[in-house]
Amino acid sequence: MTTITRPAVHKRGTADRIKKSMVSGKLAAVLILLPPALIMFSLFVILPLADAAYYSGFSWNGYGSPTNFVGTQNYERLFDHSVFHTALSNTAKLILVSLIIQMPLALGLALLVYRKTPTNTLFRLVFFLPYILAEVAAGLIWSFVFDGDYGITAMMFQSLGQESIYVLADRQWAFPAIMTVIVWKYFGFHMMIYIAALQSVPKDLIEAAKLEGAKPRQVAMFVQIPLIKHAIVVSGFFAIIGSLQIFDIIIPLTNGGPSNSTHTIVTYLYTFGLSRLNIGFGSAAAVVLFVLAMGIALFYQRATAKGERS
Amino acid sequence: MLLQHNKEFAMKRFNKHQYAAMRKRGLTAAVAVAAALGSCIAAADTTVRVLRVEISDVEKQYYDDIIAEYEAQNPDVTIEFEYIANEAYKTRLPTLLQSGQRPDIFYSWGGEGLRDQVEAGFVRDLTEEMQDGWQDIYPESAVRAFTLDERVYGAPLYATVVGFWVNTELTEQAGVDIEAIETWEELEQAVVALRESGITPAVVGGQDGWPMHFYWGYLATRLAGGDGIEAAKTGGNGGFSGESFVRAGELLQSFVELNPFQSGFMGTSYERASAMFGDGEAALHLMGDWDYIPSKERSMSGEGVPDENLEFIPFPAVEGGAGNEHSFGGMNGFAVTRDASDEAVDFLRFLLNAENQRKAASLGIFVPVAEGSEEELDTPYARRVAEILDESTFHQVFLDQALGTSVGATVNDISGDLAQGVITPEDAAAQVEEAWQFR
Repeated sequence: MTTITRPAVHKRGTADRIKKSMVSGKLAAVLILLPPALIMFSLFVILPLADAAYYSGFSWNGYGSPTNFVGTQNYERLFDHSVFHTALSNTAKLILVSLIIQMPLALGLALLVYRKTPTNTLFRLVFFLPYILAEVAAGLIWSFVFDGDYGITAMMFQSLGQESIYVLADRQWAFPAIMTVIVWKYFGFHMMIYIAALQSVPKDLIEAAKLEGAKPRQVAMFVQIPLIKHAIVVSGFFAIIGSLQIFDIIIPLTNGGPSNSTHTIVTYLYTFGLSRLNIGFGSAAAVVLFVLAMGIALFYQRATAKGERS
Repeated sequence: MLLQHNKEFAMKRFNKHQYAAMRKRGLTAAVAVAAALGSCIAAADTTVRVLRVEISDVEKQYYDDIIAEYEAQNPDVTIEFEYIANEAYKTRLPTLLQSGQRPDIFYSWGGEGLRDQVEAGFVRDLTEEMQDGWQDIYPESAVRAFTLDERVYGAPLYATVVGFWVNTELTEQAGVDIEAIETWEELEQAVVALRESGITPAVVGGQDGWPMHFYWGYLATRLAGGDGIEAAKTGGNGGFSGESFVRAGELLQSFVELNPFQSGFMGTSYERASAMFGDGEAALHLMGDWDYIPSKERSMSGEGVPDENLEFIPFPAVEGGAGNEHSFGGMNGFAVTRDASDEAVDFLRFLLNAENQRKAASLGIFVPVAEGSEEELDTPYARRVAEILDESTFHQVFLDQALGTSVGATVNDISGDLAQGVITPEDAAAQVEEAWQFR
C-alpha cells in the first residue's frame, strides 16, 4: 500500500501529507504522545503565566477573587520603586559576574583536571562539592563565615590587627559577598560541562598540534576551546538563566537586607509580592521577570546561532 | 420554614464536612438524608480544628489540658490543634482560609490583617456572643483590637508589652540609675554613659526588621498617641507623613548617632540579639516581655542574666508626646471562620474564659488579658507587664501588625533604613503614607 501512495507524496500538498502521516502512523503517535506533555505544559506553565498576567492588573491581597482593577498601576509602581531598580542592577551584576568571572574560572579548572587520573578525580570532586550542597545550607554556612563576631572573615581581620567588618550588615559589602558565594556555588557545575566536552575532543587533534610545536596554552586556546564552543554556549545560557533565578542563597544570607540592598528580581517579587500579600503587585514583577528571561533567552540564542554560522 | 429548621438541625448535628457534602447534593436530599439517618445523627461527632502559631511545649501542654477538660464535658466534640511556624503561618493562612482545609478557629493578631480576612468574608461575626457577657471579662482595649466597624471578629488570648530589658549589673558599672529613667533624653544620657564606660548600650536584631520597628513604632506611639495613629489611617494630621511620624524618625536618627547598638546590628537576627543580651553583652534590649525565658534559653550558660540583675522598664516618655500614657505591644487572640460550627464558638469561649486565663498566668506562659488574672502571675516581670497594661489608657498594637502585612513591612524597612541613616525622616514617613495609600 505504501508503494502505491508514494508518487503522490511528491506533490507535497497538505492534505496528502496528513494522509501520509495517517497511513504511516505518525499522526496516531502525535495524537497519543502529545496530549500528556501539552496538558502538563499548559496546566503548569501557560496557565499560571496567563493567571499572573491577569492578576497583575489588580490590587489584590490574595483573599477571594480579584475585583479592584487598577490597570497598569502595579507596573507604574514597580518601575518607580527604587528597590526594584536595585534588584534589577543586582541581577545584572550577577549575570556579569557569572559570565566574566565564574565561566573563565570554571574553564581554567576544567582544562587542569579534565584528564582521567585519580588525583584529577579527587580535585573534580572537591570543586563539584559546593554544587551538591543545598542552596539554603550553603547560604547558612556562608552566613557563619561572614559573621562579624565569630566568622572566618572576622578572624582574618582581627589577626591583621584590623577591626572586623560585619560583611552582611554592610550595604557596600553585602552584595559582593553574595556574588562570591554564588561563584563558589556554581562554578563546579560549569566546570563539569566543560570537562565532559573536553573529554570528547579528539586526541589526534591535540597530538597533531603538539607535533606542530604548540605549547599547552596554545593547544588550549586554538584547539580545545574552539572545539568545545558549543558547551561554552550552553553553559553561558545556564549561567544567565540561573542568575535570573537566584533566590534561595540570598534568603539565608541577608534576606534581601540590609535595607533591601541585596534583592534580586526573584527575592524582590517574593518579599514585596508574596510575603506582603500584594499578589497583584507580585504578579506584575513576575511578568516583568518572565519578559526579561524570555527576551534574554531569545537574544542569546540568536546571537550565538549567528556566531556559529560565520 | 420547615426546610430552614431542618437545615439548622442538620448544621448543628453534623460536622462541617458532612454538612458541606450535604449542601452540594441539595437541600431536599439533605433533609431526606437527615430524616433517614434518624438516631445516627445524635451520635455524630463534631470536630473543631484550631490553627495556632508554633509555641513552646509548656503552652502546648496548657492547651492539651484545656482540650481534655472540654472534651470530658462535651463528649461529642473533638478538638484538634495544629501548629505552624510563625512566618509560614502568615503566608499560608490566606490559602488555607480559601481551601476546604479551612480551620474552624485560627490565631490572629487583629488589626488590618484581620480586616482583610473579614472583608473577604472568611470570618464569623462574634458580636452577639461577645456582648452576651463574654467580653466583660476582658479590658476594653483587648476587645478593641478585634473590633472592626463596631463588629467584633475575635477574642483576645494574651497581651504583650514592649519595654527595655535591662542588665542592671552593667548599668551600675556605668553609674546609670536605670529605674530613674523617665524621659527619652535621660535614656540618651544613659546610652552615652554606657558607651563611655566601654559597655555596649543596647542590642537590636536589625536583620529581622521588626525589632527595629519597636523603636520607631514606640516613638510614633509616644508622639502621636494611639488615637493619633488611628487618625492617620484616615488621613488626619497629614496621615503617616504627618509631623509626629517625621519627628519619630528624627528622634530615632539622633539616638542612633549616639552609637547605641552592637557592631553590625543590621546583620543580627532577633534570636541572636536575644542570646547576646542573655550573655550579658549589652545593657539594654528593647523587646517584648516574652523574651524573658527565650533570652535565658538562648544564652551560652542557659541561665541568661540572673533575675537579681534583670529589670524590665517601660519605654521612656517623650517630651510633648500625646501618647505618654499609652503602651505598645501585641494583642493576640483567636478568630472563628465563617462556616465554623457553634461548637467552635463554644469551645473558644471556654478556652478564653477567666479560669483558663488565670491558669495561664499561674503557669507563667503569657500575660493573660482577662481582668484580675494578673494576680496569679508568679514572676515580677509578668506583674510589671500587667501593671503597665493596667496603667495604659491605650494599647497600641505593633504597627507592623496593626497596619496590615504590606504597610507593616514598610514600617520595618524604614526603621532599618533610618537606623543606618540611608533615608531622611521625611522620606521614611512619606514611604509609610505611600504604602498605606496603596494597601
